[in-house]
Amino acid sequence: MLSIADLIKVYPTGTRALNGVTLKIDQPQVVAIIGSSGAGKSTLIRCVNRLIEPTSGRVVLNELDVTTLSRADLRKARRRMGMIFQEYNLVERLTVMENALSGRLGYVNFWQAYRRRYPPADISTAFELLDRVGLKGYQDTRADALSGGQRQRVGIARALMQHPDLLLVDEPTASLDPKTSRQIMRLLCELAHERGTPALVNIHDVGLAQSYADRIVGLAGGQVAFDGTPSQLTHQVLTDIYGEEDWSKTIRKVDKDDKKPKDRDALDRESAAG
Amino acid sequence: MTVDEHAQKYPEVWKRFTPRQTLIRYAWYLGVVFVAIWSLDTLEIPWFYFLDAHEEAGDLFARMIPPYWAFFGDIAGPLIETIHIATLGTAITVLLALPIAIIAARNTTPNAFTWFIGRFILVASRSVNTVVWGLVFVAIFGPGPMAGIWSIAARSIGFVGKLVAEAIEEIDQGMVEAIEATGASRLQVLLIGVIPQVLPVIFGTIVYRWDINIRESTVLGFVGAGGIGIVLYSSINQFAWHEVSVMLIAIFGIVLVSEFVSATVRNHIT
Repeated sequence: MLSIADLIKVYPTGTRALNGVTLKIDQPQVVAIIGSSGAGKSTLIRCVNRLIEPTSGRVVLNELDVTTLSRADLRKARRRMGMIFQEYNLVERLTVMENALSGRLGYVNFWQAYRRRYPPADISTAFELLDRVGLKGYQDTRADALSGGQRQRVGIARALMQHPDLLLVDEPTASLDPKTSRQIMRLLCELAHERGTPALVNIHDVGLAQSYADRIVGLAGGQVAFDGTPSQLTHQVLTDIYGEEDWSKTIRKVDKDDKKPKDRDALDRESAAG
Repeated sequence: MTVDEHAQKYPEVWKRFTPRQTLIRYAWYLGVVFVAIWSLDTLEIPWFYFLDAHEEAGDLFARMIPPYWAFFGDIAGPLIETIHIATLGTAITVLLALPIAIIAARNTTPNAFTWFIGRFILVASRSVNTVVWGLVFVAIFGPGPMAGIWSIAARSIGFVGKLVAEAIEEIDQGMVEAIEATGASRLQVLLIGVIPQVLPVIFGTIVYRWDINIRESTVLGFVGAGGIGIVLYSSINQFAWHEVSVMLIAIFGIVLVSEFVSATVRNHIT
């Protein structure tokens, strides 16, 4: 599905953000990328869709080498990669529906976008997704009138509108409170699994990563320092990734109940409130 | 702790400015006064005329009163023409200023050359006064409202374009990144990612400029570029102060209304 080979990024300032990252995702799974600030998490994710140009190395998505594409072909490739951001990055003065539909921009022309005339199929998909993320009835609300959790739900809907082959998720919960964070992570992972879409998720919160991800990759100094299952995350591994610290309170027993909501309706109510 | 004990424990004396800084500040004050005196001296103002200025002003005011109200019938036409000149000039500005602002903003311009062109147009437009543009366009189109419309537009493009370009440079780049990540084209990124962010600035600036243009278009007639200015100029030349006062009152009324409209519109933009 996705294969990253020996990816290097050196910024003009001389900072070596990525120093030979090699990573393979060959099944639809949620991969949490953890690591301290400056370890290269954001750079890695942005090098995949080339919002940041990698200095060298390969990114191959479904047999397509993204790193060598021309601008026009890159746009086509980006249509297949949904991205979700820490600060949501919704266009604040547009409505929820306009934001969700902006996930289809790669498939409509300028005038269709100008007149907001998206194909009917896109509009019904958008309604379905807004319903799924818990924002039924919010289509005409302006994005700047939403709470953080609601904005991130729109962000998720926008990314999924692309019917992506890959989700790139940059710190989805860093601007949210702990409860909303868990709801958003749960929703994100559920949707990724439902649709069989692999997801690369940058995340600061080790506990959240352990609870929701299928696989954890630790970055340190621009390199992969750990790649394994959440249960393999030990004191020693965290020390390798972040440095010496008392990790006993951070590592939680993997709690299977966490992933399985007891009651669908209760979850939906929670979702709409968040 | 007594004051003495306190002073013993914390003996440092705090002063906001060093003596040197204080000296520099007073040197600046002195410099400003010097420049003012020097300017007045260079201008060689005939102070003699100042002696009876208050009498002249009173005399002028007396000659303006009472306003010759019937004259209003003659100026209604030119007055409406003035508003039309301002409005049409602003409309042309709307069409031209946005593309220029986009190429003049560092984060949306295609390359260094287009950026230079954009900046050049903005500076050129702003460095020339509307009335001077009026002289230029009267030479091109001949006297009349067409020259007025284009001189209003020529000056306003720089004003609106500069403010919008600055707003574009300050947008949230995250939203742009998000739209780029969907595979949108360059124009679509502008349309969905950039323009919605600066729309309040665009509307606010245009309405504000329209309000300024109403005022500026009242003097365009002085150089033959249409509007009430022609009538005003000829009445002043004929010392018909009763007519002049009617026009000043009418202009004042229009400016008041346009300010009100502009303020209301700007308050309602969210």
